[in-house]
Amino acid sequence: MSRLLEVRGLQTAFPSATGETRIVDDVSFNLDSGEVLALVGESGSGKSMTALSILRLVPKPGRVIAGEIKLEGRDLLDFSVSEMRRVRGGRIAMIFQEPMTCLNPVVAVGAQVMEAIGLHDQIGQVDARARTRELFAEVGIPDPEARLDAYPHELSGGLKQRVMIAMALSTRPEILIADEPTTALDVTVQAQILALLSDLQRDRGTAILLITHDLGIVNELADRVAVMYAGRLVEVAPRQELLSNPLHPYTRGLLRSIPALSPPGVRLPEIPGVVPSPDHWPNGCRFSTRCGERFEPCAEIFPEETAPTSDRRVWCHAVDASSRDPEGEAL
Amino acid sequence: MDVESYVVSNSVTLGLVLACVWVARVVGREPIWRDAARQLWSRRRLAIVVVALYMTIGLVDSIAWKGGIPEDVVDVLPNAPLTLLDRAFLGTKEASYSAPFASVEFYGAEALKRPGQHPFGTDILGRDVLYLSLKGARVALLIGGLTSLIAIPLALIFGVGAGYFGGRFDDFVFFLISTLASIPGLLLLIALIMAMGRGTLSVCIALGVTSWVGFCRLTRAETLKLRELDYVSAARALGVPELRIVIRHILPNLAHLIVITFVLMFSGLVLSEAVLAWLGIGVDGSWGQMIDGARDELSRDPIIWWNLSASGAALFVLILAVNSVGDAIRDVLDPRTLKDSS
Repeated sequence: MSRLLEVRGLQTAFPSATGETRIVDDVSFNLDSGEVLALVGESGSGKSMTALSILRLVPKPGRVIAGEIKLEGRDLLDFSVSEMRRVRGGRIAMIFQEPMTCLNPVVAVGAQVMEAIGLHDQIGQVDARARTRELFAEVGIPDPEARLDAYPHELSGGLKQRVMIAMALSTRPEILIADEPTTALDVTVQAQILALLSDLQRDRGTAILLITHDLGIVNELADRVAVMYAGRLVEVAPRQELLSNPLHPYTRGLLRSIPALSPPGVRLPEIPGVVPSPDHWPNGCRFSTRCGERFEPCAEIFPEETAPTSDRRVWCHAVDASSRDPEGEAL
Repeated sequence: MDVESYVVSNSVTLGLVLACVWVARVVGREPIWRDAARQLWSRRRLAIVVVALYMTIGLVDSIAWKGGIPEDVVDVLPNAPLTLLDRAFLGTKEASYSAPFASVEFYGAEALKRPGQHPFGTDILGRDVLYLSLKGARVALLIGGLTSLIAIPLALIFGVGAGYFGGRFDDFVFFLISTLASIPGLLLLIALIMAMGRGTLSVCIALGVTSWVGFCRLTRAETLKLRELDYVSAARALGVPELRIVIRHILPNLAHLIVITFVLMFSGLVLSEAVLAWLGIGVDGSWGQMIDGARDELSRDPIIWWNLSASGAALFVLILAVNSVGDAIRDVLDPRTLKDSS
């Protein structure tokens, strides 16, 4: 698998009363072709901002202040506006959380997909329509011909999400960013959409950056998982290892609080407290205010990246200490 | 200018008719609009018929050509272009005043040329009041329509631009709006008309320039809301250029506002013109001017009422019908009053 996307030291900031608040801070990860990387975290942890930063669509007045986003070796941050426009939709496509509001209510859905095709390929109306029909069939929309002229309000949430996926796939992107693609859908439809994404990834070899807060979805789809907390990565690991042997206390807390894993009648273990607002993030480890295992340096010094094995990375003083102690090194 | 005004008027009329046909075809093609039109028709049949009647009168009064005047008609210049309406009322001018359906002149007790054939009587110059009232329809439609066509695009360009792009342009538009809002509207109107000279077009431009501000604020606010919506973000994530987003995704979602504003603005503008006519700077042949002229006649004895009533009623019925249609359009199109949409 070749390295498709390489994000290094990404920092995205919004102006605040005290200067700039880094909503995304020093985030680095890779995405290989054909791979599904899940970006996991609570609301407000900066997952969506990371995705928008990659497409350079951070809403104003926010901006990317540092880092590199390399798409096959070229930094997207150096791209001109028109080059970037070709990347969006052409090489990196995105699907959003709310299929209800992602389609223009006054334009027929077929026309919206055809518009996306027309932007990146010079083909005629008839061909575009035929391609849209194929795409609709591919994403499992029943009776695609009739659906081409349907308006969004005539479709169910699941169908709308399928239209969104068709639109995102219309130009055969290499990377698909799926921002909580199933959050707004009910459970059975969720499963169908996940199966669809999984099929597409297998058949087309599209790399997927899956943004979610649902570890159940991670378990079904992801190859690797990156856990974010308060704008920072806390742990990156292959799915199996992360789920069976989480190293960071936050990851452990997340896994413990999955309803299906705890016996009935027992109060679900939760992570105490809430994510602090960006203005109140601690200097040290961002999770230190809620961590049950914190010790002396946690609140003051941000933990260094440690790599327990070659394909895992974790940012935690406790892990750091345990991995170094056997060699007798001081903290 | 080499082109005579009746040629311009004829071609504009043709253009408008073609535009109406095109709009009707578009409305017929898009199910959303077709439904809205059907609902509108079932709700306000009478008002729509009345508006259509006025438009027909305006149309009849817009088609003009030269020649074809009978020799014995003396009150028309031999080579003047006459509209269909003018031709229908050829030779209805009397020597003087008469009441509706009267057979004799009002003050002189002389027999009329066409006894009993002035259903609304004649005015002090002997002109048939029915004819004048019908003539007023075209002027009213012209003022309402042309001014809206000036004001609404202006408001859209500034409002959507300010709302979508924000920044410097937004500051500029707000400066413009604040400046215009701080000048008394009527005074600015009068000043503009005085500066451009009197005439239908200059009255329309002046009214247009002073009436776009309200709609501009509305479109700006609405655009601010729309640009944050997911389908605009989704379009951006697909690499749709900004201008195309505005045209494809913002403007169509403002369409209901445009239609509603057009209709409501229309009636307001016709009324504004009546005020201008009262100030002596209106458009020639408008109902406002007729009302203004009839004002002094009210003090005569016996009272001269038909002049004022005819023009007043013509104005009133049009405004009432247009407002009623506008109200129904708002009910049909405004998403907040929609019942059957998701």
